[in-house]
Amino acid sequence: MRISVEEVFETVRMTLDHHFDIRTVTLGVNLKDCMDRNLTKFIRRIKHRIVEKGQLLNKFADHTEEKYGIPITNRRISVTPAALLLEPLPHTISAAVRLAKALDNAAKKADIDFLGGFGAMVQKGMTASDNNLIDAIPRALSQTDRLCGFLNLASTAAGINMNAVVKFGHTVKDLAKRTKNGIGCAKIAVFANIPEDNPFMAGAHHGIGEPDFSLNIGISGPGVVRSVVVQNPDCDLTQLSEVIKATVFKITRAGELIGREIAALMKVDFGIVDISLAPTTLAGDSVAEIIEAMGVKSMGLPGSTAALALLINAVKKGGAMASGNVGGLSGTFIPVSEDAGMIRAVQAGTLSLEKLEALTSVCSVGLDMFAVPGDTPADVLSAIIADELSIGVVNNKTTSVRVIPVPGKKPGDIVHFGGLLGSAPVMKVSKAGAAKFIARKGRIPSPVQALRN
Amino acid sequence: MAKKQAAQICIMTVTGVDRVGIIAKLATAMARANINIVDVNQKIMEDYFVMTMAVDITKASIGMDRIKRQLDKIGKEMSLNIAFQDENIFKVMHRV
Repeated sequence: MRISVEEVFETVRMTLDHHFDIRTVTLGVNLKDCMDRNLTKFIRRIKHRIVEKGQLLNKFADHTEEKYGIPITNRRISVTPAALLLEPLPHTISAAVRLAKALDNAAKKADIDFLGGFGAMVQKGMTASDNNLIDAIPRALSQTDRLCGFLNLASTAAGINMNAVVKFGHTVKDLAKRTKNGIGCAKIAVFANIPEDNPFMAGAHHGIGEPDFSLNIGISGPGVVRSVVVQNPDCDLTQLSEVIKATVFKITRAGELIGREIAALMKVDFGIVDISLAPTTLAGDSVAEIIEAMGVKSMGLPGSTAALALLINAVKKGGAMASGNVGGLSGTFIPVSEDAGMIRAVQAGTLSLEKLEALTSVCSVGLDMFAVPGDTPADVLSAIIADELSIGVVNNKTTSVRVIPVPGKKPGDIVHFGGLLGSAPVMKVSKAGAAKFIARKGRIPSPVQALRN
Repeated sequence: MAKKQAAQICIMTVTGVDRVGIIAKLATAMARANINIVDVNQKIMEDYFVMTMAVDITKASIGMDRIKRQLDKIGKEMSLNIAFQDENIFKVMHRV
């Protein structure tokens, strides 16, 4: 049956009026075979591979964008975790920084928007190379533009590596001081239960269980979902869930078609579709505004957690029906600075850090892109991270923290990062945390849920 | 590359204000590029005038990028919004 005018118009309006886009096509690239004890040789190999594949990715993404008329906003590459790649080399900060700059330069040369993978899996313990990489993060991320980093500090199976959590509290403060308004901290996220195939930054990396190459897609449709919620102002919540499901089915199918086509053109494996609703600061392209359209007066007020849980449940069901390859994070992104509704809610005082944390216990994937005063002590930052990661560990889900301690700023100030990163109101946070608890270090053991065999 | 026999159907979607000569102008542009028109439909929806035209670009003398550039030009001249997309995007989104 030929497609009807109504169906065509629905799709066209999604891109025309509701900001539907493919947020990212992310090519996972294995670099393990490039490892060497000679840094120069190693860097030459990885540069060659990234530039070659990155240029191809851009070429085929342009072609597919034109063919289907759906914008592909970002083209990204994720690589094998850098700490692993640096294992055979001298564990010096300068070697890690040289790798960081080489990755950044390769991304620029291929005109790739972001390159992820400058990170380490340290949920249980740190090797000398992991330790060195964390030491190198402030210099590496302040001297590069397109490179993103991650650390997996916890997992349900291993518990929480508090030694690394403590270390990162200092790392993130150092990084903030080295960049304007602390913006370097927008390029690193720490995780519990990080997925190995996530196409979204800052946590994207090409996990060790992945093939040589893998093409992953992140779709973005808060505007589309918001518009169907607005069109159904009076239906009950069961029905509302159904209309959201039907809409997400459609956008996920579009994502899968585009991902499969680019993968086939590049002759690489198709990986996953990440169905997370990724907001932007454009009017209407906001997750918080979906919650408000459902009937919660302002994001963060009572009802927000239930509404968000309903939303993402519907998103997952629609997405799972549309694609057999749903993966990555596939949760809610509610980055404070990147979502106009979130910014408003923080400024209006309806959304606190504590409520933001509560939202992550149902479906949000973390405390994301939030700013705190630059003089927040490192132990308080570590304590916020430990709280957030424990939610992920106990609930068997991914949680993450991307915090920006902005030097010289006080609660209520607003910091402008620009572009997709948006603007962050500085949130109120206690100066006293759990200094003694944090100073104990060690590992918080895995929960009993980990014993599932 | 596309197989020679299989048809590649694209859907052109025109939105804006209805006026004399829209179809004539678009049909002429298609004919010049050796593109066969398969189907045309139009409707008024939510105050939008919407016309869809299904075309077969298998034997087109120019690539999709140039077709789109020409349509953009016509769109500007006649104050219309014209999208041109491979039919498969609609099929995957609207057919289970």
